[in-house]
Amino acid sequence: MAKQEHELTWKDIEIGAAVTEPGSAAVYKTGDWRSQQPSYDFSRCIKCGICYIFCPEGCIHQNQKGFFEADFFYCKGCGICAYECPTRVITMREETEK
Amino acid sequence: MGRRIGIEVSIALADAVKLANADVIAAYPITPQTHIVEHLAELVAEGELDAEYVPVESEHSALSACLGSSAAGARTFTATAGQGLELMHEVLYVASGMRLPIVMAVANRALSSPLSVWGDHSDAMAVRDTGWIQVFTENGQEVVDQIICAFKIAEDHNVLLPIMVHLDGFHLSHVIEPIEMPEESDVCEFLPPIHSPLTLHPSKPVAMGDFAPPVVFTEAKWAQEQAMSGVKKTIIQVWDEYAQKFGRSYHPVECYKCEGAKTLLFTMGSFSETAMSAVDSLRAKGVDIGLIRLRLWRPFPFEEFRAAVKGVKTLLVLDRSISSGGPGGPVASELKAALYNEADKPAVVSFIGGLGGRDITVDGFEQLITDGMRIAASGTDKEYEMIGVRE
Repeated sequence: MAKQEHELTWKDIEIGAAVTEPGSAAVYKTGDWRSQQPSYDFSRCIKCGICYIFCPEGCIHQNQKGFFEADFFYCKGCGICAYECPTRVITMREETEK
Repeated sequence: MGRRIGIEVSIALADAVKLANADVIAAYPITPQTHIVEHLAELVAEGELDAEYVPVESEHSALSACLGSSAAGARTFTATAGQGLELMHEVLYVASGMRLPIVMAVANRALSSPLSVWGDHSDAMAVRDTGWIQVFTENGQEVVDQIICAFKIAEDHNVLLPIMVHLDGFHLSHVIEPIEMPEESDVCEFLPPIHSPLTLHPSKPVAMGDFAPPVVFTEAKWAQEQAMSGVKKTIIQVWDEYAQKFGRSYHPVECYKCEGAKTLLFTMGSFSETAMSAVDSLRAKGVDIGLIRLRLWRPFPFEEFRAAVKGVKTLLVLDRSISSGGPGGPVASELKAALYNEADKPAVVSFIGGLGGRDITVDGFEQLITDGMRIAASGTDKEYEMIGVRE
């Protein structure tokens, strides 16, 4: 994968700052403006995947045990997953600095 | 060799663009540039030049169209003057930032208001920081030669920057001069077809003129600046090559009767020729004076300039525009800056004159030199002298 923007030196810049390789929005960290984050009580999870379907950021994936959880690199903390979850697995908690 | 003909300089310039075999011309007519693009439009309409002539609605559109054609890899030419150049202003930065080798002729004209269509250097000085190479010409022959060289310089892979060739409005653009037009075959040999390393093409998609967040903007600008700092070397190379092929040589800074002179007059553009006559006449009277002429304004030839004024006591600088509320003329203040760190530097006396088409005759230059030498000897508390102004 191409270098990320913050790693580019002036010698890496193409003529006229042109972009010659197709890029991807996947490198944009959308999770850093989150003020709330989902926390999970998987004992109530029925693995229905409704949170996965409704996530507007497309950042929910299934972990090895088959539970659905958010990738915090992208999760904006919008709370839609918590609102849609039929078994109340997800609660939104205040984001704390780590 | 070429034919020597009597021809209007604007028409000769257009013919030089034809010799260079431009692919796309997008321009909007504005006095005193009009004759250049009118003649190019005729050449294209009559089939003498196989190019696309793009009629546009403004100078902003003209340069924008040039951006597109140059990005697509076409040899692109435009011309403008005064207010037109100002209307292009924001696009000038885009062209240099995108490293597009566009060639533009500027028939220098004063900026409004009061409205003036006549020549001075206000327009050129207003765009000096836009990242374009700027060359000032002195006579018709030089206009033709510099236009042909401009394409070769701009399109060089070490350069890839846009270039302005300045000719003084009316003083130069509308005079009829004897000019030796180079042979088409010689120009073909000198100037190979354009080949840009990076162009818009469906088979190899690129995105040009992109968005740069703060994290890469500095790097992008430095990369552009690195290209600009190497430009002078290429320009000198191209001019040397031109001299070998066509017999006329050009240098970033040229001296006239400077040997041993303690006082030098500094000029740019077509006034240099009048100033030469004044220097001749004063030298005949035993006055210790020489003339230094600057051809390359951007990038500024610091080394050549410092070398040329070594041992000189006084430098009399004529500016044809005002840096309003500033330290005098823009050229004079730049020369002062170039000399600031030198241990043995000449005193700089700044004159502003020849504004909005005001003529300075040989007598006028003699007066300027005499006044300048007196001011240098007695000192002054003025930042600059405005010449020819009625009290």
